[in-house]
Amino acid sequence: MSEPILEMRGVEKRFGGVRAIDEFSLKVEPGMVYGLIGPNGAGKTTIFNTITGIYHVDAGKILFQGKDITKVEPHQAARLGIARTFQNIRLFGNLSVKSNVEISCNMNAGYHLGDALLRTPRYRRVTKETEERAMEFLKIVGLADKGEERASSLPYGHQRKLEIARAMATNPKLLLLDEPAAGMNADESLELVEFIRELKERFQITILMIEHHMDVVTSLCDACTVLNFGKTLAAGTVEEIKKNPEVIAAYLGGDE
Amino acid sequence: MLNSFQEGVLIICCVNMIAVLGMSVLTGFTRLFSFGNAGFMSIGAYAAAICSVEYHMPFVVSILIGAAAAGAVSYVLGSLTIRLRGDYFLISCLGFGECVRVLFNYTKNITGGANGYSNIPYKTTGIVAVICTVLAFIIAWNFIHSRYGQALSAIRENELAAAANGINVVRYKKMSFVFSAIYAGWAGGLYAHYLRFITPTLFNLGKSSELVITTVLGGLGSLTGSVLGTIIVQILPEIFRSMSEYRMLFYGIAVVLMILLRPDGLYGYREFSLKRLIARITNPGKSKTAKEQK
Repeated sequence: MSEPILEMRGVEKRFGGVRAIDEFSLKVEPGMVYGLIGPNGAGKTTIFNTITGIYHVDAGKILFQGKDITKVEPHQAARLGIARTFQNIRLFGNLSVKSNVEISCNMNAGYHLGDALLRTPRYRRVTKETEERAMEFLKIVGLADKGEERASSLPYGHQRKLEIARAMATNPKLLLLDEPAAGMNADESLELVEFIRELKERFQITILMIEHHMDVVTSLCDACTVLNFGKTLAAGTVEEIKKNPEVIAAYLGGDE
Repeated sequence: MLNSFQEGVLIICCVNMIAVLGMSVLTGFTRLFSFGNAGFMSIGAYAAAICSVEYHMPFVVSILIGAAAAGAVSYVLGSLTIRLRGDYFLISCLGFGECVRVLFNYTKNITGGANGYSNIPYKTTGIVAVICTVLAFIIAWNFIHSRYGQALSAIRENELAAAANGINVVRYKKMSFVFSAIYAGWAGGLYAHYLRFITPTLFNLGKSSELVITTVLGGLGSLTGSVLGTIIVQILPEIFRSMSEYRMLFYGIAVVLMILLRPDGLYGYREFSLKRLIARITNPGKSKTAKEQK
């Protein structure tokens, strides 16, 4: 087996007396779509927040491509190649759709403050390239004609897509999707599945996703981990998970 | 051309505009409120004045040193306070502004204390003030429309998402703070070389509030709005000079009305555009639908 792109070892995160995640371990191989499922409050988003440096763990280790990222700050995580979307969409609402994506492209923009203040040829060239790159990402998610609109004025489904486009524009190796199909009906989530598959093929990325829609998980994920109260309940392929009695009990409520 | 009274109004207007443009970058684009920017104006004014009077430096050098001094102080202050949450940051700036005023009152040997600092050469003429303002506007415009300005707007819109997309939030907030302080210092230096006599009380909390109010009136997130806001705040009181005692009262009423009726300020998140104005005049129906979409 190749080296895992993401590895979490015995990670623990406490909020006061509550252990949001406890002894959590995870291995994601490159090129996988890995699912993270579990009831509300199980600690799934907390795991995302520890990977992206929003929270720092109380114990344990997180490795990304073999490198220890346990203590990185959020912007450093992004620069290392970890992009994410949020459960409650977080766009730059008052900015244009295009600006939203441009801001992510800017991460690697090669000009300095002096170039910007004096509008040097280099500034003009890089700005034009950034704009073109942003438009490319908007084309991929089908929002190319909405570039000048305010991000907050887009309908919900488009906002989700814009957030994914923005995350992809940072050029990630690992994409974390926090409930991408939330609030979508069966047709829309089917479309989303196709879209995520395309992204994965086109950009050769690894995806770790939190999802409740089991049909989305079933058709996309190569493997998944089920969480309950911050602990791993089960891990394995989707078929294995579905048959696991503990998982069925946690989700459907078994006899005590 | 202009008589000396009109030129005076023009210079005061230009000086304030530079300070307000700095506030606009800080408050309008990064959404950090500072009630201490008069403190940076004060530092710029005294540093530039001392350079001119004690060391006989050329005007341009004095102004640059004044702006740089304000920038350096804001860098140190920012390193300490920029991580504070919004309202705590605001209060720390307020405290800083008052500290500067009190400090300059005490350092009699250097600043002349409460008696003021005098004999500053008259260098800020109308034309100098206008050139500086145009330059300040162009630099601010280029800054805001570059990736740096975009990063600031991203922080304003959603700090967490900005960080998740590779923006070093602390670094950019500090950059914005230093930018506003340099502008305040620049304005202060020009102000000193216009008045020829400065006292610490010129740069009190009232002055800081005036800068914030002007920025809010003009519109948070619009440089052209800040220009318009400054013109209104500086020139209207001169026109209604007989009522100048009620100046702060009118400010207060204006801000309350603004927040109730137009919370985004005169020019919300948009810049003044001649093209749009023409479109609105020639085709009023179409511009109306554009407004509704907004």
